[in-house]
Amino acid sequence: MSERNPAGEIRLHRFHGGLRLRHNKQVACRYPLERLPVPEQLIVPLLQHRGAPARCVVEPGQSVLRGQLLGDLPDAAGRGARVHAPTSGTVRAIETRAMAHLTGQAGPCVIIEADGEDRCAPAEGIADALNAAPAILRERLRETGVVGLGGAVFPTYNKVQGTVRDGVQGDGSIHTLILNGAECEPYIACDEMLMREQADRVLMGAELLRRAVGAQRVLIAIEDPMNRVEGALRDAAVPPGAVPAEIVLVPAIYPEGGERQLVQTLTGREVPEGGTPRDLGLLVQNVATAAAARDAILDGQPLIERIVTVTGNGVRDPRTVIARIGTPVARLIEAAGGYTDDVARLVVGGPMMGYALGNDGEPVVKATNCLLALSTDDVRPTQPEMPCIRCGDCATACPAQLLPQSLLFHARARQWDETEALGVNACIECGCCDFVCPSHIPLASWFRYAKGEVQARHRERAVAEAARERFEAREARLARAKAEKAERLARRKQKLKDDADRKQQIAAALARARNKAGSAGTDG
Amino acid sequence: MLTPLLLFTGLALALGVGLGWAAKRFRVESDPVVDQIDALLPQTQCGQCNYPGCRPYAEAIAADEADINQCPPGGEAGVRALADLLGREPKPLNPENGEDTGPTVVRIDESRCIGCTLCIQACPVDAILGAPKLMHTVIEASCTGCDLCIPPCPVDCIDIVPPTPRFDDWRPGIPLRVVAS
Amino acid sequence: MSQVLVALVPGVVVHVAFFGPGLLVQIFLACGFALGLEALMLRLRRQPLRPFLTDYSAVVTAVLFALCIPPLAPWWVSAVAMLFAIVIAKHLYGGLGHNIFNPAMVGYVVVLISFPVDMTQWLLPRQLADWTPGLLPSLGAILTGSLELPASLGGMDAVTGATALDRLKNGLDAGQTVAAIRDAEVFGTAGAAGWAWVALAYGAGGLYLLWRRIISWHVPAATLGTVIALTLPLWLLDPASHASPLQHLAAGGLVLAAFFIATDPVSGCTSNRGRLLFGLGVAVITLVIRRWGGYPDGIAFAVLLMNTAAPLIDRVTRPRVYGR
Repeated sequence: MSERNPAGEIRLHRFHGGLRLRHNKQVACRYPLERLPVPEQLIVPLLQHRGAPARCVVEPGQSVLRGQLLGDLPDAAGRGARVHAPTSGTVRAIETRAMAHLTGQAGPCVIIEADGEDRCAPAEGIADALNAAPAILRERLRETGVVGLGGAVFPTYNKVQGTVRDGVQGDGSIHTLILNGAECEPYIACDEMLMREQADRVLMGAELLRRAVGAQRVLIAIEDPMNRVEGALRDAAVPPGAVPAEIVLVPAIYPEGGERQLVQTLTGREVPEGGTPRDLGLLVQNVATAAAARDAILDGQPLIERIVTVTGNGVRDPRTVIARIGTPVARLIEAAGGYTDDVARLVVGGPMMGYALGNDGEPVVKATNCLLALSTDDVRPTQPEMPCIRCGDCATACPAQLLPQSLLFHARARQWDETEALGVNACIECGCCDFVCPSHIPLASWFRYAKGEVQARHRERAVAEAARERFEAREARLARAKAEKAERLARRKQKLKDDADRKQQIAAALARARNKAGSAGTDG
Repeated sequence: MLTPLLLFTGLALALGVGLGWAAKRFRVESDPVVDQIDALLPQTQCGQCNYPGCRPYAEAIAADEADINQCPPGGEAGVRALADLLGREPKPLNPENGEDTGPTVVRIDESRCIGCTLCIQACPVDAILGAPKLMHTVIEASCTGCDLCIPPCPVDCIDIVPPTPRFDDWRPGIPLRVVAS
Repeated sequence: MSQVLVALVPGVVVHVAFFGPGLLVQIFLACGFALGLEALMLRLRRQPLRPFLTDYSAVVTAVLFALCIPPLAPWWVSAVAMLFAIVIAKHLYGGLGHNIFNPAMVGYVVVLISFPVDMTQWLLPRQLADWTPGLLPSLGAILTGSLELPASLGGMDAVTGATALDRLKNGLDAGQTVAAIRDAEVFGTAGAAGWAWVALAYGAGGLYLLWRRIISWHVPAATLGTVIALTLPLWLLDPASHASPLQHLAAGGLVLAAFFIATDPVSGCTSNRGRLLFGLGVAVITLVIRRWGGYPDGIAFAVLLMNTAAPLIDRVTRPRVYGR
């Protein structure tokens, strides 16, 4: 699969474009990880994953235990992720609130009043998990609401669904599990801290995930400035009977941690357009997802907490903390010493792909990997936008090998067919083009807009197509009904006519017989 | 005098034969124009165009019996798409056919419904569920907002409402332009 | 764009050293016209003035144009050229970023075709001329159209003369050998007295732009590489009827064009493979015009012709999207 150099190391490949950015990670790695106290009130959104919101299964006034199910899978097809109570307490309300989502939309949230006792719902790990059947391990990932913690929050169960059945590899089989620890965005350090302090958890999670999908190999990709991480991973305990994970240092070029870019770096192959790494026999999971999978499988603990980096020049004492899902963001800022006087903006995520948060009362969700408070110095005054001069710097930087300058012209002209032909759906919205544009054009925002419109058009066409099919089916049904009715009518008419004919025939026969009898009588 | 005449006649004939042969030989197979037009129509089957459904309207456009601006649910964008396809100039919607009201669906007020099934018979896409003397309801996901069920309803229990917002309907907006001073 | 102006400084200095301060007057004149017309057009198009005037795009156009014309060309040459460059080639096409043609070259070609006499009155380099006009005589010549010669000089022939490319072309057309033509003083050692040093200075400026990553290496490398690749074999095979690559590079505007004109992003190609093709085309057309065309140098025509081909080249050289 991947080529190796004479020393046995994996030969790395270079993806197109990308940027070398200043890391700014160490500032959040100065203290060991600490677990924040549970707040009095938690806001648990029912949509914390990619897909439709979970279906609420609790009622206001109901008391819940830590780890108890709050939201179940929304549909029978099993897509989506469950949501669990982060602590014990009482459900105060189920209401529509801002839910710390990229789109800024409000959605259904379960508000829990904590009772401070943090009592745990009965939970049991899978006994002898290292020898359990893969399907059992995968089922546990679904029960515990594990999602990808790298930022995309794709339900992990959906990602590993149907990989192996009864120990036999199927069509969607996976030979290599890649753990993504290449946290490429500046400032974010939650995966780095996880691997430094809890490398055992990561390795155990990796082995369990490997067994769950039937992969033969495990690669852990980390960025080459992460020396201490490498040491920690090498010193960590390897689970008994495990296939040792191979640690690969990849160059620190943004967006190295993008799934597609990482696959290209490690294998030299590209994930097909519209496909997933599974098409190449690969499964890419974030390292934090592996750790969460370990807790789910060994301890039966649902995903109710995550590691969050609180950093930036806008907080006094940056650090990385473990917070329960549903904790208001303000609590994390407090834990990091509070805002500085010149704080200007609070961003969820990193400086490249993060989005500004309007209100620090919004909760930490499964996707919250970093809270970045920017000071007035960091927030440059937005530069006036100039016309595109087609310098091509954006095309040089684009890791998806797109031509942002051409895409921009078509997007501005709302020529969606052309933007699609130029590959707008391959855009990963990494923001490299924005960063290098000398005319300060918000290119990534334009492409986000274009992608939304292209998808909306596809949806509209699908709806119209469904309506047309229903219409045609109805027309056909009506026509059939009409034909059947006409046929019935014709048949009845025929029958009547036949009856009349027969009567006539009988009458005629009778008459003939009578005539015969009469003439015989007269004869005889 | 005769030579050039013959020459050009011959040339015209030769070119004509050549072009005719090329047109046959290199004919581009494409969807019949009716299918292409039908694919651009919104398939609400509402009949506001004065034709009994989208396909008949498409046939009428293809036969040059109807204009391209008679489809209010398609909106200006639909007219533009048709104009592009047919190589015509876009024109504003014909107000006689109605206005583009944006997406709507209908909803049955179940407390008033008497279960007469008249709306079920009127729905062109079978989006209403019910049985005689039992309450009816609209399957919102299949409703095209054609409003054809409203006139037959004897108790006027059907309302036009905006569709229930879905989480993934959200689309990113056009980026703001920072204007230079 | 200000970096482009910085990179042009060595070329301007060397140019002035060899041909006198006439160029400086032309630069100021052209910049004045360009900025005035730009401001007028921005006002008419209701666009903000400041960001578009301070991005130096009009100034770069003006300076590149001034570098192409004879130092003592009359003032109205600049005026006409800037009118075409800024008003027609740039703003009527939609302003910055939307022009199909390189504005400086449009202005230059218009005056080259319209006023051929004024555009061929080249000064002799200082070491060959009996006298090189200073600032005041240059200014007078540009504003009045006639140069006041000192009484000691015999006539204009002592000051102006045909350029190396002119001589070469006329000589080859007349059937002379290159060696015979090159006996003339105007060729110097490298192929064009004075001009060789100017070209070298342009090259230095170009390297600065490459170092600062203002331009990519593709266009200059393709342009200069193609010139050498096409002329070297011919010259080696038949040095009597073909000029050397050095001669081609030293004389005329090839180096200036390769680094400063053909690299204009707006009217050129945007993909790197496209840029290679663009540079190749510029070089081939230039050489063809130099050899068989009606003008001694063909850079401006070559750039404009390739401008028309740029959208097609961009379409053909579109990179493969990730995963396709």
